[in-house]
Amino acid sequence: MLSRRGVVALAASVLLLGACGTSADNDGTQPGASTGSEKVTFEFWNLATAEPLKSFWADRVKEYQAAHPNVTIKNIGIENDSYKPKLATLTQSGKAPDLYSTWGGGVLKQHIEAGLVKDLSSEAGDILGNFTPASLAAYQFDGKTYGLPTDIGMVGFWYNKSIFTKAGISTPPATWTEFLDAVKKIKATGTTPIALAGKAKWPGHYYWAYLAMRVAGLDALSQAGTTNDFTGPDFVAAGQRLKELVDLQPFQKGFLNADYSTPDGQAATVSNGKAAMELMGQWAPSVQKDSGKGLGDDLGFFTFPSVDGGKGSAGDAFGGGGGLAVGVNAPPAALDFLKFALKQENHSKAVAAGGVLPVLKGEESAVTDPNIKVVSDALSAATGFQLYLDQAYPPAVGQEVNDAVAELIAGKKTPEEVVKVITETAKSESE
Amino acid sequence: MTGPDARPAPPGGRPAERRGRREGRRRGSGWITAILFVLPALVLFTLLVLTPILVAGYTSLHKWNGIGPPSDFIGLDNFTRLLNSDIFIGDLQNGGILVVLSLVVQLPLSLGLAVMLNQRIRGRALYRLLFFAPYMLSEAITGVLFSLILSPEAGLANRLLTSWGLEPWSWLSEPDTVLFSIFLVITWKYFGFHMIIYLAGLQGIPKELHEAARIDGAGGWKVFRHVTLPLLGPTIRVSVFLSVIGTIQLFDLVWILTGGGPSHASETMAVSMFEYGFKRTQIGYSSAISVAMFLISLVFALGYQRFVLRRDLEGASTTMGDHR
Repeated sequence: MLSRRGVVALAASVLLLGACGTSADNDGTQPGASTGSEKVTFEFWNLATAEPLKSFWADRVKEYQAAHPNVTIKNIGIENDSYKPKLATLTQSGKAPDLYSTWGGGVLKQHIEAGLVKDLSSEAGDILGNFTPASLAAYQFDGKTYGLPTDIGMVGFWYNKSIFTKAGISTPPATWTEFLDAVKKIKATGTTPIALAGKAKWPGHYYWAYLAMRVAGLDALSQAGTTNDFTGPDFVAAGQRLKELVDLQPFQKGFLNADYSTPDGQAATVSNGKAAMELMGQWAPSVQKDSGKGLGDDLGFFTFPSVDGGKGSAGDAFGGGGGLAVGVNAPPAALDFLKFALKQENHSKAVAAGGVLPVLKGEESAVTDPNIKVVSDALSAATGFQLYLDQAYPPAVGQEVNDAVAELIAGKKTPEEVVKVITETAKSESE
Repeated sequence: MTGPDARPAPPGGRPAERRGRREGRRRGSGWITAILFVLPALVLFTLLVLTPILVAGYTSLHKWNGIGPPSDFIGLDNFTRLLNSDIFIGDLQNGGILVVLSLVVQLPLSLGLAVMLNQRIRGRALYRLLFFAPYMLSEAITGVLFSLILSPEAGLANRLLTSWGLEPWSWLSEPDTVLFSIFLVITWKYFGFHMIIYLAGLQGIPKELHEAARIDGAGGWKVFRHVTLPLLGPTIRVSVFLSVIGTIQLFDLVWILTGGGPSHASETMAVSMFEYGFKRTQIGYSSAISVAMFLISLVFALGYQRFVLRRDLEGASTTMGDHR
């Protein structure tokens, strides 16, 4: 009974809010300009509820308000899990916060199409050149920029050096064939080669996405995003490569229902030395430390191997970050504050504190954590960048990728069926 | 509760005559009073129950990602898609299996325990409390608890199995058997609730009937079969109703334990609804799922009341001015 009430109430409230808000435009209570001493207040929705970012943003807000006494910034930090529904409730009423956290990609695109987000191409044009191209990619559509990055990272293999040495692997595998060999060698020693959170689905999609990048290339992926056709032979081949790996049964026992950061999850399995590696983003070391014993100096990082005969470059990186978008009705002070916070002398403080990775050119020297430094160096050497597929595409398509790849890994779908369902969803979404 | 006929006497006789005499005077002001009393509840009901149902019905006819107003009217396309979806058909099958298992395993288990605990045994109150305790936990807490217990490596269940020299079992990661693990948890959570309902029903059965049957030479099973069971009929029918409706709407436990996986093997309609609505932002399609859930529950509830509960509801009729 509880379940019914909970779900229905949730659905109902969202639907109700959506229905009520459809006619309500932004009421224009915010002053259009912040010139002179006119009082300006704007809301700043962010995800900085934990240190060091919490203090970083609180300090920037304090500094900016001190320099602009007429501006009041409502600094609203929201927990990651409740942020998305909270934002969705507001956007369904046709509004967006003045300044708000976004991951870019398909969700931001929905906001752009609904006319909720300001085009920053010209107003922030003077500082766009300061950012690394990889960090900006998620917020750019049709040559226009709708958000500015505050963080960026990439996915790669985090591995246990001592398990690799015991299995007789001296250098991390550089090609897919070498990688499969390494998996076989580790399995032969009786250790689980790879930890995977099958229940969470998104960690599984990293494999297919990286293989698609290596086999078909970045251009093919972005083209498929516009033509909504993923049925090309290269995408099927990516699934076949993944199936080669799955057929080796490299994952831990019960991985189909394993979560990511739970005590028995993917991160903990690697952290406690029960699996040799995981394919994960830059946050892997800290989650490993939180959910298990931690590997200390045994933890290493290598980028996703290349695939023989593939069209993609082995230097292309896959990942994502975080940024801030400006609501279409926000006062100019909102963007001004964002520009202030993203000045090198300010943003590098967040980098130095270990909260984020460099997004500005020349900021790499501020990195202190050795694990983050590895990722940062790999990123700055990257030849191209692909945003997480479950964020690059509209949510329905992104989730279908996650779902279909999970089925492939569970042995319930063939590589051909995977591209077929993704294409079907992409086509029906764009109709 | 000591007389041979525990049922209240049917309404009629003097109260009805009295009502008849006063009717003319009472009717006018009575209606206004009634409406005034009902009004707050009616407003809340309309706002919180009827409106969402109607809005969900409206959005289910649109293709809508939840941003801005729903404008892309597509008629019944969402429902056609629903009926052609393997996932939704799977949801119906999973729901059906869980309903059957509940009726065949869970309710008899609860009934057996209730009959046992209705007898004078030592520590009866303690057992009742213990068996009822799981029901008092929230579904979310039960879910988290069992995801720890059933976890493959460190979980209590598999540690017990290995300590007994048995092979550890893939409780939640085997698509073919995951539904039974879910059912196990549902049973653990809800058997106490049904047991309490049955206990209450059993207390209402006069002891004299059992005594009389025993004097006539009936054994334990015969007494249960021919005295207890028929008199428990109304209680059982209500408990079956609650069990089926609860299963149709099952969400929290599944969401936390498996998220509907692996490979949708434990997915229910409510899980699909959440998945499509909040993760894929296909609010229109997810509204269609919610409408389907609503219709299934409604048809079941009405049919059940009409054909099964009719006997029990007679005499408890709420119609005004019913003079019998």
